Amino acid sequence: MHILREATAEFARPVMLYSIGKDSSVMVRLAQKAFFPGKIPFPLLHVDTSYKFPEMIEFRDAYTREIGAELIVRKNEAALNAGANPFALGTQKCCGLLKTKSLLDALAEGGFDAAFGGARRDEEKSRAKERIYSFRDPLGQWDPKNQRPELWSIFNSRIDKGEGIRVFPLSNWTELDIWLYIQAENIPIVPLYFAKERKVTLRNGSIVLIDDAKELLPGEKTLMVKCRMRSLGCIPCTGAIRSEADSVMKIVKEMTSFRRSERENRAIDHDEEGSMELKKREGYF
Amino acid sequence: MELLRFTTAGSVDDGKSTLIGRLLHDSKAVYEDQLASVKRSRINRSSGPIDFSLLTDGLRAEREQGITIDVAYRYFATSRRKFIIADTPGHEQYTRNMATGASTADLAVILVDATKGILAQTRRHAFIAALLGIRNVLVAVNKMDLVDYREDAFLDVERDFLLLAEQLGIARVECVPISALEGDNIVERSVRTIWYQGLTLLEQLESIPLAAGDAFEGLRFPVQMVIRPDATFRGFAGRVASGVIRPGDSVLALPSGRETRVRSIVSYDGDHPEAFAPMSVTLQLEDEIDLSRGDMLVSPGNKPQVSRRFSAMVVWLHATPLEVDRTYLVKHTARQTKIRALQIRYRVNVNTLEQEQVTQLNMNDIASVEFEAHLPLFFDAYAKNRATGSFILIDAVSNATVGAGMIQEDLPDRETLAGAQRGSHEIVREPVSAQERYGRHGHHPGTFLLENQPALAWRLERVLFEQGFEVLHVSGEAASPTALLEALRAAQSIGAVSIYSGSALDTETTELLASQGKNRLFDLSRKNEDTDEELFRRAVALADSLRLVKTQDTYEKAD
Repeated sequence: MHILREATAEFARPVMLYSIGKDSSVMVRLAQKAFFPGKIPFPLLHVDTSYKFPEMIEFRDAYTREIGAELIVRKNEAALNAGANPFALGTQKCCGLLKTKSLLDALAEGGFDAAFGGARRDEEKSRAKERIYSFRDPLGQWDPKNQRPELWSIFNSRIDKGEGIRVFPLSNWTELDIWLYIQAENIPIVPLYFAKERKVTLRNGSIVLIDDAKELLPGEKTLMVKCRMRSLGCIPCTGAIRSEADSVMKIVKEMTSFRRSERENRAIDHDEEGSMELKKREGYF
Repeated sequence: MELLRFTTAGSVDDGKSTLIGRLLHDSKAVYEDQLASVKRSRINRSSGPIDFSLLTDGLRAEREQGITIDVAYRYFATSRRKFIIADTPGHEQYTRNMATGASTADLAVILVDATKGILAQTRRHAFIAALLGIRNVLVAVNKMDLVDYREDAFLDVERDFLLLAEQLGIARVECVPISALEGDNIVERSVRTIWYQGLTLLEQLESIPLAAGDAFEGLRFPVQMVIRPDATFRGFAGRVASGVIRPGDSVLALPSGRETRVRSIVSYDGDHPEAFAPMSVTLQLEDEIDLSRGDMLVSPGNKPQVSRRFSAMVVWLHATPLEVDRTYLVKHTARQTKIRALQIRYRVNVNTLEQEQVTQLNMNDIASVEFEAHLPLFFDAYAKNRATGSFILIDAVSNATVGAGMIQEDLPDRETLAGAQRGSHEIVREPVSAQERYGRHGHHPGTFLLENQPALAWRLERVLFEQGFEVLHVSGEAASPTALLEALRAAQSIGAVSIYSGSALDTETTELLASQGKNRLFDLSRKNEDTDEELFRRAVALADSLRLVKTQDTYEKAD
């Protein structure tokens, strides 16, 4: 709340990146609290790659309406019309076009000088070195070797025109903290996080949800598996995990027994060693 | 669950990354796929099957060069506590990175190589930890495997470190003999050090009491923003920096000096019966008082220092040196204003802890510096209150964070060391010019007429004074118009802002005042329907126009 208020007081035009995932849900709840009894004083921005799960979009529309938040949805229509997809382009390039480009365009068009993101330092190695206020040049790029030192909780919000700051209020939260908070606060989340019997196929060692048989690649067949998503991304690049946890309480219990990391099922982290760092340098969250 | 934040200090070869990797691994905070990716890596700089340091080196350049570049934060938990580690690199730019990591830490783990004992760098690590207000130090006496796990090697280090800690005023020190490489006494007790009866490193981390007994008691509530969703609600949002607050408590608002009481502590989950550090809350007050971002609510019986001048220990963070007399921006709690370094008292040699005379500060220098801010800051000594004793310095041109400061003490106006020395050593015959006076005050002289409104004038005097103006309120009846003119002219000559609130002046006197005041006469005597509040706001805005440099250049949209 301190970080959300500090950035909102000091920047001319903040926006909150809303990914519909569990971390975004927590961030939105913190914003509701920080400015209570006022409304959230900035819009939520969703970068829609059009490869998101339909449950995510339904949840997004219903939830933002319910809490009275202003929602901006942004797609890279040009790239989509040109047929951008992860199968043809590879994930590195696909993310660059559908996520990073859309995001940078939306920030520039909206004149947003600060963007809140739900990234946590415990998620991925390059994120461990990220500041809470992460300076981005006019092209949205991150320079990990030239970051502003951050002492105590005093943040430097000085920027020149065209530059921006990505603000990460959940930097010091862990995955378990997120779930415990969702449980304590009874925060609504996308049903994909809860285990149920789902139609899937096995692809490169991952469990991939299948909505329509046409999505199957040659040689694949569908199975019914009780599973859930641990992390939400785009359909083709996010795997499910086998799980019996169909409530937040059971998820918390399951969490403490995990031996594998949360982003293991996110293909985009594993293109090559250091791939998240490369995406971030280009402007990805 | 209790949260312990700690920082780690050690130089390149002390095995710090290995220790942290080991701590994460042995406390099961490392997932199998992360471990597999380390095992798969082309790089292995260790002698064992797993290079634990690869778990923490996150950036490509770090893995390739085998060094840690920047502060990295790690998270793990046991059944007893949650931990956040600020892992700081041990090579160049060490001081700046360790200060960053230590600024938010409750405890420091300092690695000492058992084969080498206390080195200059150990003194540096301990000094920085003490400087940043860390009261607990855990000394990991590493590489016990290389001294055959001998007790005397450990006891030598322990004895030397305790002496150092006493010199630096570190309250609590615990030493543990370990081998990060072999895993001795990290999580499990080692059979190779049966002479050691103490706790393992992890057990120490789990059980060292968090200093709560000496918490600062005075309320400090810096206002971050005003929350005003509609005409019926006006709340002040902020995070309690210290103290406890309950509805009904009296609070003093700074800089206005107005006292009021707390009506309620509002939150999304309903009103709170009390709030304490570090809760973020919204306060509703009984009276409608002037309060905005950068102001502070405090206990009337336990006030902070209110001053523009103070001395502070500064860690210089930037490649461009600190220069005396250059103006920077200071950010202290939610307040941002301009600030000038008046003088460097001394620099501390971090290896010998001796004081040295210098004329500028380079990156990684630590020094005691005297400052003068454009607006008064509301502060406590850093040793008493970390939140209200700390600030950062920003370069107004490059926007870089260039320095971090820990306030030592308030300096009486005009009696800084610099001023005293200048005054005593040379006799100056030149008269002081008007320009010099403006430069010192930071504003031009001006005259406000608030005829027959003494209450408003007293209030204006107080507020302008708090804002750093040299101000004089002439309230009584003057013997004659000529005597009044003389008094106001004298105030003008010394560059002050004067306020007149006596009985109405005749036209001729007013015109004379205007002519001697170079158009800086502001007649705010009530002539129409203006309310007190409107007049007051107008007076403050007009006073602001007298400033040589606009001070509040931050975006003030909260209110």
